[in-house]
Amino acid sequence: MLQISNLTCGYDSGFSLHDVDLQVEDGEVVSIIGPNGSGKTTLLRAITRALKPESGKILLDGKNIWQMKIKELARKMAVVSQSPETGFLTVEEFVLLGRILYYGRFQFLETKKDKEMAYNAMALTDSLKLKDQFMGEISGGERQLALLARALTQEPKLLLLDEPTAHLDITHQVGILDLVRRLNRDFGLTVVMVLHDLNLAGEYCHRLTLLNMERIHKVGTPEEVIDYRIIEDVYKTVVVVEKNPLSSKPYVLVVSEETRDKKTIAHEDLGTCGTAACIVWMLRYCLTKRIGKISDESHSCKRKRTLRVRRTAHAETGRG
Amino acid sequence: MKKRFLHWIVAILILTGLLAAACIVSLCIGSTDIPLANIVPALVHGGNTIEHTILCDVRLPRILLGVAVGGALSLAGVILQGMFRNPLVEPYTMGISGGAALGVCLAIILKLSNRCGIWSLPVFGSIGATLTILVVYFLSTRRRVLNIRNVLLIGIMISFICSSLITLIMAVSRVEDLHGIIFWIMGSLEQPNVFLVKLAVVVSVLSLALSYLFCLELNALALGEEEALHLGISVENTKRLLFVLASVTTGLSVSVAGVIGFVGLVVPHFMRLFLGSDHRILLVASWLCGGVFLVFCDALARTVISPTELLVGVITGILGGSIFVYVLCGKPPVPGGKQCSK
Repeated sequence: MLQISNLTCGYDSGFSLHDVDLQVEDGEVVSIIGPNGSGKTTLLRAITRALKPESGKILLDGKNIWQMKIKELARKMAVVSQSPETGFLTVEEFVLLGRILYYGRFQFLETKKDKEMAYNAMALTDSLKLKDQFMGEISGGERQLALLARALTQEPKLLLLDEPTAHLDITHQVGILDLVRRLNRDFGLTVVMVLHDLNLAGEYCHRLTLLNMERIHKVGTPEEVIDYRIIEDVYKTVVVVEKNPLSSKPYVLVVSEETRDKKTIAHEDLGTCGTAACIVWMLRYCLTKRIGKISDESHSCKRKRTLRVRRTAHAETGRG
Repeated sequence: MKKRFLHWIVAILILTGLLAAACIVSLCIGSTDIPLANIVPALVHGGNTIEHTILCDVRLPRILLGVAVGGALSLAGVILQGMFRNPLVEPYTMGISGGAALGVCLAIILKLSNRCGIWSLPVFGSIGATLTILVVYFLSTRRRVLNIRNVLLIGIMISFICSSLITLIMAVSRVEDLHGIIFWIMGSLEQPNVFLVKLAVVVSVLSLALSYLFCLELNALALGEEEALHLGISVENTKRLLFVLASVTTGLSVSVAGVIGFVGLVVPHFMRLFLGSDHRILLVASWLCGGVFLVFCDALARTVISPTELLVGVITGILGGSIFVYVLCGKPPVPGGKQCSK
């Protein structure tokens, strides 16, 4: 469906993406994840043709997107951007705007079919009841539904979403992503979305693309990408990765600074026990075999240990 | 949908009615009042009567020019406001009028009209307008992308520079020329050249037709440029074409009738208050309403302190500004709504 090869693109300010290679197969749900400033939105903008690549190619259905007519592209690919200005339109008018690429040059009013498509899309996204309300009046979750409905009226094969769950509560987060998955399952829609929430990305996507420092860091299944070593490396944060008991998808737990500090102390305590055992073993070793050399070493080792234990105890009492 | 469509038709009918009324009133009144009953006979078989001459040679061209210029300016206002998503844009914020007025001032103090005939003023106005458009356009284009914020700022600055230059010219020019310059700066519908009147009408109607082809693009652009791109609009081409269209219409209007302020700003806002922001109706409605407004203002300008004529720009400024403020303050804000500003 989508083939990105060797893509380099960027802005005048100096930020740019380098050497991005990514393949998205038909019917896949792929998420782009990564820390802030890693280039997620830049990649998405390059795919939507809002940003011209400096080098490399983006092929959609084997055709370079820059050689397509803009209408042709919009028929294949619909975009749900983060928070567009919605103008002063009702939800119905807004959704109908998704149809204008099907209008003829001298056609100004929507046909019956356009209207049907819009109503179907609104029904599918459960936003039909909002149709006469203004876009500015509805809640963030409802807005996202309307945006999705508009994208669907374009009858796309590829759906791009830029952080569809931003600023939403878990009900709406799950609602939107469930809907995306349903569209993917029922209509074979290929989906590429930027997500910030690693857990949602792991739960809902077939594959993840992890960006870091303006490059692709890793592409793979959620199990492959959401590994604590990779995540800690990229996000520079201590995390615990576990398996969701129901879906057996990986999920990421963050650890607060306080807990982290306590944990370190506990670790050191454990460490002390370990070294104590080690020392005992070494002493025994020394006694039985080569007494001279190692005894010195073990002695210094022992001294260090004692210092460390004292410090830890001090820290603990200090913390109360 | 059907309701909305009906709404639009009613709006167009009302505006057309108003336009007809304004034209008829404007035909009747003036330095010599002609009763309504006499108008049709005078027009149809009036031959050589004074009434026929007044109507056909003085008032009718003036009304036609009023409709054409009012419509063109309002249309340019709608297009620019829609395209720039900025409620403060009007044809004159872009520096177009400044350039045209500067050209005309130069023509006046160089006494070109004596040497090259009556044509020199509109020609110089058009040249001035075109030059400013080109300057604004190229200064605000980066990597072949028209940067809308730059257009605005550069336009305002150029307009400022032009008005300062005009003041400079006025300071050094002689008293006889001053009247001509002020006439241009405030604008008037008095245009003795019939060909120019016809040209203004044709251009005005054509630009309405041409811009109407882009009404859906304008609707999409209201969501932002990237959104419009996602909806399958070739944004750069549309922007370029609409920009040129608005500039040409304004340039011609300024060249024929001088700088008539406020029409391009107030009328589109006014229509948006009543009809919402769908450009499919907004373009037509603003064109009609602009015509009504300017014809009406001109009728006032001719009669308020008759026999002396007031410049129509004075009336449009005072009237347009106050009506607008009144409506804006009086109307409770529509929730989510159809307000003119964001």
